[in-house]
Amino acid sequence: MADQTQALLSVRDLKTHFMMDEGVVKAVDGVSFDVHAGRVFGIVGESGCGKSVTMKAVLRVVEPPGRIVGGSILLRRGEEMIDLAKLAPNGRQMRSIRGAEIALIPQEPMASFSPVHTIGNQIIETILLHRPVSKEEARGIAVQLLKDVGIPMPEQRLEAYSWQLSGGLRQRAIIAMALSCNPRLLIADEPTTAVDVTTQAQVLRLLRRLQAERNSAIIFITHDLGVIAQMADYVTVMYLGLVMEQGPVDAVFHTPRHPYTQALLRSVPSVDSAPRVKLPTISGSIPHPFNRPAGCPFHPRCSSAMAGKCDARTPALQPIEGEQAASCFLHHDVEVTP
Amino acid sequence: MTRPNAAPLLEVRHLRKHFLIRKGFVRKTVGTVRAVDDVSFSVNEGETLGLVGESGCGKTTTARCILRAMAPTSGQMLFRTSGGRTVDLAGLGRRELRPLRPQMQMIFQDPYGSLNPRMTLADIVGEPLLVNGMTGRRERTERVTELLRLVGMPPEYMQRFPHAFSGGQRQRIGIARALSVNPRLVVADEPVSALDVSVQAQILNLLLDLQERLHLTYLFVAHNLGVVKHICDRVAVMYVGKLVELADTETLYRTPRHPYTAALLAAVPVADPRIKTGNVELPGEVPSPAHPPPGCYFHLRCAYAVDRCKVEPPELREIGPAHAVACHRAEELSLPGIT
Amino acid sequence: MADHPRIEERPLSPLVSQAEERVSVASNWKLVWWRFRKNRLALSSAVVLLVFYVVVLFPGFFAAQDPEATEAFRAFIPLTGIALRDSGRFRMTVPSVAGQRNPVTLRMEWKTDEATRIPVRLFARGFRYKVLGMFWSDIHLVGSVDPEHTTAVHLLGTDRLGRDQWSRMMYGTRTSMTVSLAAVVFSVFLGVLLGGISGYFGGWIDQVIQRLIELLQSLPTIPIWLVMTAALPQDWRPEQVFFAITIILAFIGWTTLGREVRGRFLSLREEDFVIAAELAGCSRLRIIGRHMVPAFMSHIIAASTLAIPVMIISETSLSFLGLGIRPPAISWGVLLQEAQNIQTVALAPWLMIPGLLVIVGVLAFNLLGDGLRDAADPYGH
Repeated sequence: MADQTQALLSVRDLKTHFMMDEGVVKAVDGVSFDVHAGRVFGIVGESGCGKSVTMKAVLRVVEPPGRIVGGSILLRRGEEMIDLAKLAPNGRQMRSIRGAEIALIPQEPMASFSPVHTIGNQIIETILLHRPVSKEEARGIAVQLLKDVGIPMPEQRLEAYSWQLSGGLRQRAIIAMALSCNPRLLIADEPTTAVDVTTQAQVLRLLRRLQAERNSAIIFITHDLGVIAQMADYVTVMYLGLVMEQGPVDAVFHTPRHPYTQALLRSVPSVDSAPRVKLPTISGSIPHPFNRPAGCPFHPRCSSAMAGKCDARTPALQPIEGEQAASCFLHHDVEVTP
Repeated sequence: MTRPNAAPLLEVRHLRKHFLIRKGFVRKTVGTVRAVDDVSFSVNEGETLGLVGESGCGKTTTARCILRAMAPTSGQMLFRTSGGRTVDLAGLGRRELRPLRPQMQMIFQDPYGSLNPRMTLADIVGEPLLVNGMTGRRERTERVTELLRLVGMPPEYMQRFPHAFSGGQRQRIGIARALSVNPRLVVADEPVSALDVSVQAQILNLLLDLQERLHLTYLFVAHNLGVVKHICDRVAVMYVGKLVELADTETLYRTPRHPYTAALLAAVPVADPRIKTGNVELPGEVPSPAHPPPGCYFHLRCAYAVDRCKVEPPELREIGPAHAVACHRAEELSLPGIT
Repeated sequence: MADHPRIEERPLSPLVSQAEERVSVASNWKLVWWRFRKNRLALSSAVVLLVFYVVVLFPGFFAAQDPEATEAFRAFIPLTGIALRDSGRFRMTVPSVAGQRNPVTLRMEWKTDEATRIPVRLFARGFRYKVLGMFWSDIHLVGSVDPEHTTAVHLLGTDRLGRDQWSRMMYGTRTSMTVSLAAVVFSVFLGVLLGGISGYFGGWIDQVIQRLIELLQSLPTIPIWLVMTAALPQDWRPEQVFFAITIILAFIGWTTLGREVRGRFLSLREEDFVIAAELAGCSRLRIIGRHMVPAFMSHIIAASTLAIPVMIISETSLSFLGLGIRPPAISWGVLLQEAQNIQTVALAPWLMIPGLLVIVGVLAFNLLGDGLRDAADPYGH
């Protein structure tokens, strides 16, 4: 990955575990990546891979019984780096960062807007919390934001309630709220999973435009490989809490190194493949997080697994070529240090 | 595969389903939601017809009307029974419908809501059998074992409850339940939308395999155009309750004739960073089925709309062999497809 | 894609742990029980209520005196309790009380004579009673060793008619706990029936039943009870009054449950698994009974458990006001009637002890009901 001093956000060996009655779920178990300004960093994976928990850890909103048990989340502020993992989750410093420097675009806008306040109220509240402006100024900013995200009649829309808006408009409104304090880093958590494909195209275009205008960094989390291919500059593929592969999006999609990435790309039904031909599948199913296999988490389903190696030792994420890295013993022999 | 001269298994003619919006203490009718608004198509035996569209287009309502999970407002649904008769499902009463139910079954979208959490797998899969006359317990157990094997589930898990299984496994159980009574028509309502990517492929393969083995006919409702491409012989595109285009899969994807279909195809993100999609943006929002615009429902968002489109709703008409479009300008337009 | 991919036919990986195995074959009831077990408060409440219901079954055994035996000369004896030690050895004794009429107030005054203590024992013999209405017995939990002192044991004192309060509390528990339980059973029956019809069929039936529920809920309860109990003939036997009170309590109590059942039916109707049952060809009755009701049975039980304390308080209040269970029948409310005036509260405060039973009973049911509800529905579905 590029030089750490230039990255806006550097996550190093992040570990977030959930202490449940039945055992420990290692939701995120050693994840590292860098996010740079002006770039979209995609995290892709299936259920149980830990992408949502990673995002929650960066925002320090992991719910108990989960907590960060190791690693660091370094946010660059001017010349210095703050480790978010060391801050108190509800302390003043973290609260000033959350919303103002790092903002979240959540998956379900309906659930993120209060149904008893107008969206104008909520956006203005967010602005007033983080910026030293008067209420009238905040209102002006809010109108401009709604205009920026392409909501027609922004003055009137400020007085609307979230449930009065259609799905697409709601999604835009939540993006407006996320942008209200000019965050340097936007985290988009499956922002288009709940919307139609034409609305999705609109939202993705909007995000690309906003990013170009503001030079913000975006962490884009999704399970949809098509969306990642269109949006991301860099991609991390996660599986059961670990990074399988990481790198520039072109490299990962055209020369995938990890068997999981390869199998995943092959099994996606796409609009330009031949109809009624059976898809190559990944054998087996995703194990329950409690039962993460020993060694490489993917080995029971991997057609290239090497007995004695892949089931005993866990491969570390190592660079393969240029900026592309994979954690697979087919390409290197470095183990994760426990 | 499709035999061009085979008589249709199901023929839907001018199907309409309207929901009345009622307000107030005396429940006065203040409006109508035209969920399905004059839809006609046919499904041939042994083929897979895809029904695609975005939310609110009426595809799920159509599917549920066909299976008589709800009664249509008007129209005909001509079904050719195993005995060779053709009956209009729309006009049948509850009692007449009952013996026909085993011939058409549904696979549901939500693997977590479609299985009764209080029943074991054996009970869930065996229920249609029990209700349709297979009262012997041993016989049922044998059949359930056979069905579970058919869908790739170990029969030893028969006494377990749904909460023990993952989404993909639950879908398999749902499929086993649907197939238990040997249906001729299977309506799959977004069967893989709620599943992980790697599991989707497994279930799609399973559906293809089962169709071949058991000579099933599928009505496949979906919004994911990639999935539809993979499994359907023909595709019907719906928009705000109306059918806008109907064609063979390859034809539809390569040469769409309706601007909405073209826009839909252009919006699908392709899993290849070298191919940029979503360049053509469709302005505006999908109209509400309760207040559709006049004329062609799509004209407000259509890049090719002319005056005629604003007043006159287009009819679904044939413009090629097995290719029907509802657009006034279908012949003259040259629309981009997937090459 | 070089080779033709095969369908996934490999058997699924066997579940690793035994614990997982147990969970996956566990029916919903088992899961609810395991969750419930973790709630200590609810578990202790369940134990307390179990004790109460044992008393309900065998009140005669737990009582020491005949609850209706009046003895004017033994009125207002204060509570004496049991001493467990007597001159260094373990011996259960009860102090004897000597009464003297105060010449000025003409009131009986009781002094406990610590010197003369009456030895008591467990499983002593006393007055005869019928066990479960089937056979006679005369064994009681606590009683005097010497048959001559049988009627002198008053652990919690006596009331103005000289009746032993402890024994009356035992019999009162039976009535109060039974009436409340029976009233809830009736309510559940009415609530599930009418709420189910309302929710399943919808339309005008739903409208009619909902308006009926609203009507019943907006009626002021106390005047309604007044009217209904006043209508009961004075010469009815206690059992008939008992039955009538139960019906009256259930008459208004079913509405809350009915609403909840209706809500559940309405939401369940749209569930995919119910539609699947319809598509399979199930009759309406089968859908309701086999597919819908089991899905919310645990919630109904939790809601019913929470309805019992309401009934307890209702019955106690009614009887306290003289409108419910009538003397000589005994219930907690009837017992509390004795403590209605200042005279009693000032001079014989031990007559308020039955109130403790009400508090404990209501608290226990509330905690139990909360525990059941949390166990049945951990995600607030």
